[in-house]
Amino acid sequence: MRLYAWIAAYALRRYSTYRVAALSATFTNTIFGFMRAGVLIALWHARPSLGGYDVTDAVTFSFLTQALIEPVRIFGGSLDLTERIRTGDISIDLHRPVDLQGWWLADDLGRAGFALFSRGVPPLLGGALVFSLRWPSSPATWAAFAGSVLLAMLVSFGLRYLISLTVFWLHDDRGVNGISLITSMFFSGMIVPLVVFPGRLGTVAQLLPWAALIQMPADVFLGRRTDLLHVYAFQGGWAAVLLAAGRLLTMTARRRLVVNGG
Amino acid sequence: MIEVDEVCKSFTVRRRSGRLRRSRTLVGAVDRISFTVAAGEFVGYLGPNGAGKSTTIKMLTGILTPTSGRVRVSGLDPSRQRTALARRIGVVFGQRTTLWWDLPLRDSLTLVRHLYRVERSTHQARLAELTELLELGAFLDTPVRQLSLGQRMRGDLAAALVHDPELLVLDEPTIGLDVISKATVRAFLTRLNTERGTTILLTTHDLGDVERLCRRVMVIDHGRLAYDGSLPRLRAALDADRILIVDLARAAPPIEVDGARVVRTDGPRQWLAIPPSGNAAAVVAAVAARHEVEDISLREPGIEDLITRLYGGGVPADR
Repeated sequence: MRLYAWIAAYALRRYSTYRVAALSATFTNTIFGFMRAGVLIALWHARPSLGGYDVTDAVTFSFLTQALIEPVRIFGGSLDLTERIRTGDISIDLHRPVDLQGWWLADDLGRAGFALFSRGVPPLLGGALVFSLRWPSSPATWAAFAGSVLLAMLVSFGLRYLISLTVFWLHDDRGVNGISLITSMFFSGMIVPLVVFPGRLGTVAQLLPWAALIQMPADVFLGRRTDLLHVYAFQGGWAAVLLAAGRLLTMTARRRLVVNGG
Repeated sequence: MIEVDEVCKSFTVRRRSGRLRRSRTLVGAVDRISFTVAAGEFVGYLGPNGAGKSTTIKMLTGILTPTSGRVRVSGLDPSRQRTALARRIGVVFGQRTTLWWDLPLRDSLTLVRHLYRVERSTHQARLAELTELLELGAFLDTPVRQLSLGQRMRGDLAAALVHDPELLVLDEPTIGLDVISKATVRAFLTRLNTERGTTILLTTHDLGDVERLCRRVMVIDHGRLAYDGSLPRLRAALDADRILIVDLARAAPPIEVDGARVVRTDGPRQWLAIPPSGNAAAVVAAVAARHEVEDISLREPGIEDLITRLYGGGVPADR
């Protein structure tokens, strides 16, 4: 366990090497927060209390989700692992006395930890300067939100790890990345909050793993979900299923492994 | 240390055989190889590209699972006990790096220490030793991405040895290195083998490495072990000719002399092959007696020649 904490700490340091990149990305995230807020404000003016949100909820939602883009990698895509499988550097990882999935999970949590501060805080501050946002009413809500974000990171990793492993079979990740980008954007509530999805589509979307990425943490943040047990069970359940699937796929992949490039 | 018994490995290769159809063919990379390496040996593992060297190495380290046959390394079954084995062996790939690109070398080595659960005090002593032997001092705190190839290679060697492995597997460790870096690496490997008793398995295309380092040579070709023995025996077994290079005063038809034959001519220069049993002095005297000679030199068969001939076929069944 201590080893994985070290790996995460090193990943955090590794990602924090490129501060200018983080700065420019967070600037973009913040600007897009304003654009999305504008669209949502117009929508909620036309249809007040749509999906049970009021305008403040909707504006807060747009900045909050902008803040979570990088910590939970909402645009989907794969891990650096993909590139390592493609080039054959994966053999280096397999020569280490650690579990492959555990290694990459720790690495990704380190990355997400850095992103939480470098990419998470500025959009919220930027939004708060212009709009009045709805902040958690108590430290308990903050703590609940933190737990939900951590679980969201696990679900996000679970999904992206599976996508990365497909390279063992497909040799290229562009196709799956495209699919993952679209599904992740749409079903996470990034385009419009899942609460406004109509009828059966809404029901289904709320059950898919992408709902665990930002819709649930956001609802905890906004104080709209206080049934923490349900929220955590849903997020934790998906995390467990996805990580177990990743485990299984790792074993299968190891059996058919061919190291590219000699 | 290493036991390999009748090991095969084949891969499936898909080929397009029609517009949409693809046919699968089974390609054998390694074909019934058997050998053992005892503790403390320094073995060179040679073969042309695609001969099955890397495949063998990856089966030894547990990354690839043999299609059939049995592999034991340090008493473990590599593919089943990969992580346990990883704690006991060190691996260096000349073309890849285990170091973290964005972090200083020192940090990479510290993370490796955690990876292998090496005690802090042991690590400090070991790092000091490695720093001295591999001359790492000047760039320990430089991010890996800024290291030269030679520095990075030495850093990689250090990373592979942080946990003091009993077996070190090297896959082309001197590829792309200059003469001085090569010398440092070679001197280091020799000390590691003789003073620490670390067993070393070296794959390389650099025959200088083999001549200077390895007491035993294994040659693999087309997935089969073509030779396993000492270098002098390989030389003798292949019966390599010595080459006499003769510069005549002017161009002449091929020299005819007993005990040698002309293999190449270029203007006034002629190359004569003398078989190992022949008498070079007699040939030189005979040539000088009949021709006006400006210069003459004799070349011992280099390992390059041996390997070329070995790869080219005509391998004696010397096992």
